[in-house]
Amino acid sequence: MTKLNPLLIGLSAVMLGAAPWMIDRAPYESTMGLVQKVFYFHFPSAILFLVAALICGVASAIFLFGKRPRADGWAIAAAELGLLFGSLTLVTGPLWARKAWGVWWVWDPRLTSSLLLWMIFSAYLLLRRYGGPGSDKLGAGMALFGMANVPFIYVSVNVWRTLHPQTSVVPTLPTDMGLPLWYCFAAFTMLFIALLNLRARLEHQRARVEALYLAEDEA
Amino acid sequence: MISDFFRVAWHVMRKDLTVEVRSKEVLLTTLFFAVSVVLVFSFAIVREGRAPDDVAAGILWVAVSFSGTLAMGRTFERERYNDTLRALLLAPSDRPAIYTGKLLGLLVLLALVEMVLVPLVGLLFNAPVLAFPGTLAALLVLGTVGFSAVGTLFAAMLVRVRSRDTLLPVLLYPITIPVMIAGVRGTAALFQETPDLPMAQFWIGLLIVWDAIFITLALWTFEPVMTE
Amino acid sequence: MNNDFETLSVVDLARHYGRRKALSQVNFTCGAGDIIGLLGPNGAGKSTLLNILATLISPSRGRVEYGNRTAAEGGAEVRGRIGMLGHDLFLYPELTARENLVFFAQLYGLPDVRAVAQASLARAGLADRGDDLVSGFSRGMRQRVALERALLHEPRLVLLDEPFTGLDQASTASLVARLRERQQAGCILVMATHDLDVADGLLSRAIYLKNGRLVGTDSDSHGLSERYRLAIQ
Repeated sequence: MTKLNPLLIGLSAVMLGAAPWMIDRAPYESTMGLVQKVFYFHFPSAILFLVAALICGVASAIFLFGKRPRADGWAIAAAELGLLFGSLTLVTGPLWARKAWGVWWVWDPRLTSSLLLWMIFSAYLLLRRYGGPGSDKLGAGMALFGMANVPFIYVSVNVWRTLHPQTSVVPTLPTDMGLPLWYCFAAFTMLFIALLNLRARLEHQRARVEALYLAEDEA
Repeated sequence: MISDFFRVAWHVMRKDLTVEVRSKEVLLTTLFFAVSVVLVFSFAIVREGRAPDDVAAGILWVAVSFSGTLAMGRTFERERYNDTLRALLLAPSDRPAIYTGKLLGLLVLLALVEMVLVPLVGLLFNAPVLAFPGTLAALLVLGTVGFSAVGTLFAAMLVRVRSRDTLLPVLLYPITIPVMIAGVRGTAALFQETPDLPMAQFWIGLLIVWDAIFITLALWTFEPVMTE
Repeated sequence: MNNDFETLSVVDLARHYGRRKALSQVNFTCGAGDIIGLLGPNGAGKSTLLNILATLISPSRGRVEYGNRTAAEGGAEVRGRIGMLGHDLFLYPELTARENLVFFAQLYGLPDVRAVAQASLARAGLADRGDDLVSGFSRGMRQRVALERALLHEPRLVLLDEPFTGLDQASTASLVARLRERQQAGCILVMATHDLDVADGLLSRAIYLKNGRLVGTDSDSHGLSERYRLAIQ
């Protein structure tokens, strides 16, 4: 796994470096114009944002019930990446919304759900940061609740929104996602895997240092 | 085993209520806080002596969640004061029974607060609180149970954390947003000019599922998160 | 009773909070009729050790065996055989002494909780003050109620965190007498204390802790303060 990291990072760096050309060469979307291009970054971020939520929740469950300390490293790594990719999603979303609806923020179901999930990640990280000793277990409990909440957020926000008539026509995205999208998706995914790996490894090594420090007296 | 579970939960709840009957501190402060929240919101939105339509439900639920958070924090502050939470955890019962007892005690308190809050909101904002009493009660009960079920667990696990007073709302509000949406939209469906009963029932259904899942999760996680 | 135990073994116990070592490499065994004193300066890990013995904190490494079971294996059955007098006394000040005792007797599922509470009040010497609020009690009175609360269910293992703090001589003497009586009854008593004068002659074994480590142990019951100085320095 560790040996893969430099490869993944190098590859995703090259691919992301070349991404502007790929995106530039993609067909120009007539309704949205240039702003549509943000979608090539928006979509991969949003998907990885959800993947991070899943990893964080599952790892926390394993940590809490399976009593595997290593799982906590994966949980915190996923949470930090969730916040990162969530922020990317939330920044690129409104850029697109500005063009589509003429305002920076609308209570669009997907945007709202993303904001809520982003809030849950932030709350989790605040707890980890300021929770003091034992916050790993408390965080795991919180993450479990956060993951279980994802479908409810989605359903409730959707129904909540449809109660009001849509004020503007939401332009549908071009169904032809094309090569650049999958290209960006691959680059982002590799970056995600590499960062997740590195961050979890940092936690694991920290745990090992602590274990060694603790074992110091045994000698 | 089951009877043992409920025996312990019952005694913990009764103990909490006995303490509360004696001091009335949590009930009175929570109630006053809830009324203050309603008034603060009124001043923010009432224009030319009239509140806009459709705000009563929102104000009611904001007041419930704000005052509920206050009450949760206080009931666990009491257990912290003489470290009695440790004594409770030492009892030879399933530890989730302690959680259940604390939750039931909190629910009784919040039910009392809501009995004042609902008529007050009805009065001030001209909301038809008596039009569908059963449906409204179902929404309030299910919403409060869901909110408190998560809140009681979080308040319990934050007892040992120094910044617990700020962390409780920080953790609780994002998680309970679906409950808030369901409560507000369900209640608004009842309060609007032509009440939309099927919509209220949809939200009641969502709350039932949410409550079932989150109570199960809370009972399940209480033991591992409470052992340091 | 097969869920009872007569020995308590602490095996290679360690507990750390991040980098801070609260306890490391603690080993000892004791049995029915022992009074163990955990002695050491503040921050030596005495409270952490008591809380681990009480199953309230889980160790980072090592284990505690109650008879032949660990806390995780024994669960509620083991917990039901442990009584703890915490430093913060574990009493509700808004309730009367009797209500406190009755409530905990109910939690432990004891039969005839009223009679149990009455007997405990009598032992605490507070039979006539039973219906007064605990918040109105002096430190010594609270301490006596708290001790009886911890002993309500006649636990095998009795854990005491600084039981002599803030007590006058008469209260101390009655506490010592009560602990001796429990010793005769076959309890295992473990106490953390600073009060070497009182502990002198009471303990069947002293365990010296410093910075979370066991720095000495002896079962000579007299001349404690001299040896404490030697062990801790």
